[in-house]
Amino acid sequence: MRPILHRILALTVKELLALLRDAASRAVLIGPPIIQMLVFGYAATFDLKHVPFAVYNQDRGRLSRDFIARFEGSPSFSLLRVVHNQNELGQAIDDKSVLMAMDIGPTFTSDIERGRTTHVQLILDGRDSNTAALAMGYAQSIVTTFNQTQISIQGGTLPSTVLLDRAWFNPNLDSRWFIVPGICGILTLLVSMLTTGLSVAREREMGTFDQLLVTPLHPTEILLGKSLPGFIVGFAEGSFIILVSVFWFHVPFTGSVLGLYLGLFCFLLATVGIGLMMSSLAVTQQQGLLGVFLFMVPAIVLSGFATPIANMPQIVQYITLLDPLRYFLIVLRGSFLEGAGVSLFWPQYWPLAVIGVVSMIVAGRLFRRRLS
Amino acid sequence: MDAVAVGNLSKSFGKGTAHRDALKNISLEIPAGSMTALIGPDGAGKTTLLRLLAGILTPSAGAIRVLDHPLPKEALALQRQIGYMPQRFGLYEDLTVEENLSLFADLHSIPHEKREHRFAGLLTMTALGPFRKRLAGQLSGGMKQKLGLACTLIHPPELLLLDEASVGVDPISRRELWSIIQQQVAGQKVTVLLSTAYMDEAERCDHVILLHEGEILAQGNPAQLAASFEGRAFVLENVPTAPRNLQAQIAQLPGVVDTVIQGDGLRIVMQQAEPPALPQKLTLYGTPKPVPARLEDAFVSLLFSRTTRHPIPLPPQRDIAGDDTAVVAVKDLFRYFGAFAAVKNVSFSVRKGEIFGLLGANGAGKSTTFRMLCGLLPSSSGTLRVAGVDLRTAPAAARARIGYVSQKFSLYGALSVQQNLSFFSAAYGLENPRKQDRMAWALEELELKDYAKMNAGELPLGYKQRLALACALMHEPSILFLDEPTSGVDPLARREFWARVNALAESGVTCLVTTHFMEEAEYCDHLLLMSLGEVLAQGTPSEIKAKARSKAHPTPSMEDAFISLIEEHEQASRRAS
Amino acid sequence: MKTMRLTGLMRKEVYEIVRDPSSIAIAFVLPLVLLLIFGYGVSLDARRILMAEVVDHPTQLTASFLAELQRSPWFRPTIYPDQASAEQALMAGRANAILWLRSDFTRQAYSAGSAPIHLTVNGVDANQARLIENYVNVSWLLWLQQEATGQGAHLETPVAADARVWFNPALRSRDYLVPGLIAIVMTLIGALLTALVVAREWERGTMEGIMVTPVAKTEILSGKLIPYFAMGMGGMILSTAMAVFLFGVPLHGSLLVLFGTAALFLLTALGMGLVISVLARSQFVAAMIAIVTTFLPAFILSGFIFDIRSMPQPIQLLTHIVAARYFVTILQSAFLAGDVWPVLLRNVFGMGVLCALFLGIALLRFRKRLD
Repeated sequence: MRPILHRILALTVKELLALLRDAASRAVLIGPPIIQMLVFGYAATFDLKHVPFAVYNQDRGRLSRDFIARFEGSPSFSLLRVVHNQNELGQAIDDKSVLMAMDIGPTFTSDIERGRTTHVQLILDGRDSNTAALAMGYAQSIVTTFNQTQISIQGGTLPSTVLLDRAWFNPNLDSRWFIVPGICGILTLLVSMLTTGLSVAREREMGTFDQLLVTPLHPTEILLGKSLPGFIVGFAEGSFIILVSVFWFHVPFTGSVLGLYLGLFCFLLATVGIGLMMSSLAVTQQQGLLGVFLFMVPAIVLSGFATPIANMPQIVQYITLLDPLRYFLIVLRGSFLEGAGVSLFWPQYWPLAVIGVVSMIVAGRLFRRRLS
Repeated sequence: MDAVAVGNLSKSFGKGTAHRDALKNISLEIPAGSMTALIGPDGAGKTTLLRLLAGILTPSAGAIRVLDHPLPKEALALQRQIGYMPQRFGLYEDLTVEENLSLFADLHSIPHEKREHRFAGLLTMTALGPFRKRLAGQLSGGMKQKLGLACTLIHPPELLLLDEASVGVDPISRRELWSIIQQQVAGQKVTVLLSTAYMDEAERCDHVILLHEGEILAQGNPAQLAASFEGRAFVLENVPTAPRNLQAQIAQLPGVVDTVIQGDGLRIVMQQAEPPALPQKLTLYGTPKPVPARLEDAFVSLLFSRTTRHPIPLPPQRDIAGDDTAVVAVKDLFRYFGAFAAVKNVSFSVRKGEIFGLLGANGAGKSTTFRMLCGLLPSSSGTLRVAGVDLRTAPAAARARIGYVSQKFSLYGALSVQQNLSFFSAAYGLENPRKQDRMAWALEELELKDYAKMNAGELPLGYKQRLALACALMHEPSILFLDEPTSGVDPLARREFWARVNALAESGVTCLVTTHFMEEAEYCDHLLLMSLGEVLAQGTPSEIKAKARSKAHPTPSMEDAFISLIEEHEQASRRAS
Repeated sequence: MKTMRLTGLMRKEVYEIVRDPSSIAIAFVLPLVLLLIFGYGVSLDARRILMAEVVDHPTQLTASFLAELQRSPWFRPTIYPDQASAEQALMAGRANAILWLRSDFTRQAYSAGSAPIHLTVNGVDANQARLIENYVNVSWLLWLQQEATGQGAHLETPVAADARVWFNPALRSRDYLVPGLIAIVMTLIGALLTALVVAREWERGTMEGIMVTPVAKTEILSGKLIPYFAMGMGGMILSTAMAVFLFGVPLHGSLLVLFGTAALFLLTALGMGLVISVLARSQFVAAMIAIVTTFLPAFILSGFIFDIRSMPQPIQLLTHIVAARYFVTILQSAFLAGDVWPVLLRNVFGMGVLCALFLGIALLRFRKRLD
């Protein structure tokens, strides 16, 4: 057993040295993930800030001014332009200078004072449907608060209820808390796949593969030697990114470290296994890259990183069951925000482990078949 | 008029610690219509000079004028008039022979009506006519080089620059390449400047320039260069087959610059024009006779004083008589790729401590046979025993008995020399303290100490070769496979390499070698000549040469023998089909 | 520029494309797969919110409120017996939100105090959480009005905000995601393909052979650009056809504008690929740079999913060098709104600047030299 470990260790060290001594591959492995973490950490947010809007106010009363002030006072909106006819309002939407346009009729104040419903037109730019939907929601809730104030002033009756919102785990609904752990997962996936997915093809192209095969190394040892660097690099970069999330982006970490790392281990098992599968199949680096790419893009899109899996059609939801990132994102978000621990994560651990073990076995088979 | 005029040319690469002078203050002229060879050890600056003359490098200092174009200013204008064939001519492997030619015809703006005529001429000259529609990627090594040359000649150039055009090419293709080049010189009055590691090629040129560490060490007519060393070359005749021990002893005598095995004789080059003083016990071989000097003698002598060479001692003489154990045994070996038989019915055996040479044209099945022996490729049928087992099916540990040096450089370029050694010793299961001992041995014996921390990929070619040998020897294998180990290596480095192989063989290591250098074939104890996947002849070098003896060639050289035997076989099999 | 040399180089490129299936895979299979996955897989509409409902003391009033929620297309309600079990469901991910009406809900509603409706959402996915809050809010307002009219009382909501969403009234996220996606796919085709093919020529040594022929560097670069441009436009036609015929995204703008801007964008992407290949001479490094600088930025910084206006100022500035940013905007306008010239001109200008920048750098930095 000792000689085997000795040989695998030597292979791992060789693999890491080959990756890290080459300036270009070192730069590519270390630089971009850090930069991307920082840039995307700031960029990826669903929270609306300063949505520009235009107003056409035909009313001269006090209430319409109060109404508009409420929008202006909200951090989500900022008044860009006051226009003087409906044409301009449409124009502003058309040329995308504002996302929302508000048309307030001449009887706004008088209607409310007489207890009649007054109609305010909100026009949203549907080309950005997501932002439009969010902005519409924000606007509705501003209108609702305005209405509540008006009703209480007018002494409205029957039936009096209030809606009390409360958000668990993320009381201020800061979407960065949701996105940043997701980016941890994406970058760990990227790094570990690239480390393992191209390694065999690169040796084949450089001609070192034959040199390796004439040594007494067993194919299984070679495969293990190829997979350990993926683990090591994945663990190192994963940990680094987790630290950045906690100390730089101040995403609270409420769960258990053990639970998270158990998840990271199972996740790396799966990604390294799939990477090795690509590696065993690819003859050239270009093919390896294409393989890694064709796997990675859908894996990110279907993971629930940006869009909930529950929204996807049923058949696509079944496909996501094969996506390791899907499970790891749950572990990440659970560990960071929900305070969940090992016991809650079993449903995520075992599929990852199964994907990992199956892909490793398949990779081993493919690898040996390629050799003969 | 001079086709090339270079004055005080310098070229350096890199900055700071990586700074390296490739050419130092060189001046030279090449007369139009002449043929000039650039020779010199690896890293002498040959390729850099050719690239500068082709206008694809900018000089650091000095002036270049090629065909009356000052460079690098008029590079584009110059490139209409020259042909340049880089060391690794990049053919488009996904394009057919004809499409490759058309591409270069387009690039040189050759009118369509003139093309057919030109193509036909080039295809006849290169004998590639039957392969017009074949993808370039599917051609053999020799055919690729010929196609590369054809692409370079598509627009009749005034100046032809060739960078080691014949590296890795078998003797037949090499001869064909040369006849094409000479036709150009004779018929079209083309000026040719070529770099080469083959001294016989340099001898055929009008002018030779010897570069060393970026400087011109000597230049002149090859015959004149050789003549200046007249009286220093001697031959000891009728020595026993593969007289490695004798060679090693003479090499250590005072005043000896060079010794090489040549047929039945041993060629000795002295520092001064006086015969070697053979010690008493060697006088039984007679006295060395003076022979005319060659360019190679001049090359070795000129570099002798400038390079530090350490003699490689041979181990004490072994008693090999009676040791008839077949270490490698191959019987009825076949290998098919689809319907194509790459290796047909090959049988041979190799005895312990032998140097066994595998010869053949490009694509004759040598490498395939080698890969099967090393367990890299399964055989289609037949038996195959290396050290008593088939490496394909034997447990992995059995591979610890062999060492393998492959055709291309195949070590980890991003790892340092030391890290490569450390990795391969661990891969072969060496543990401390033996690992430490062997690594110290390798750095010491193969003189890699100064380069221990350098990345393997940045080593000069000769040192890469040494490192490859060191890695294959870490575990002290009993059988060593060497696949074209000296391809592209200069004569000095080749001598040193062979001295090491000789020492290994003497200590009982069995060595299997493939090579395209026919003089290296002479160093072997036993040869196997392959053609079109079949065994054509086997025996000692003298026996092989004897097979090719004819009225026209009463004393054929190994190259003559190789060419005549293979051409005969190829013609016979063509007739048969 | 000499046509014969250029056509020669282009013909060579076409042969290579035809004989190496992996470039065809990048140009046509990649868009196909990506569009299918995105088109079917990505939807930002929270359409199936799992709502846990806990009603301590059911009355007619609570029933009418729950009925109103039931009418909303967004919720899938499940009744839980008590708050504790509902919270468990929320923890385990079986519910996205809990709606809790306490035992004294009805009493409080008709007496002096306001009866609280407790809504607890899982805030991990902040975006979804906010949507849930809004949907509940809307239902609640509707219910209030209904209750008032039902009881004969006169409750007029003071302000009714009639929101109208132009260009995409149903707010189908697919309609705006698919056009945005085309921009991402085109970035990939353009940059990845050119970066790889030029690096390959360096690695295989074919570039050295080409360089010593009398070709001009503009010819070498155009010889690469034109065939891959044609291939990229093929990918664009495929993507547009899929968007319109498969996903039913309306195309209001003119085809001329659509393909004209696509051509400009493709040139920009190809230019970026050329710049990468000039910087990196190995396929491995070129591909890494291409992936790192194309796909993820196009995904995250183009405004395709995340709104650029909400990003911090420095990052907003950074998005200006992401070509996809301009093309995403153009495509969303061209598909959903039509040819809106102010939008077009602004973004075409941005793209044009980038295009000139990339092609300029490629032209300047690419030398017919090895050093």
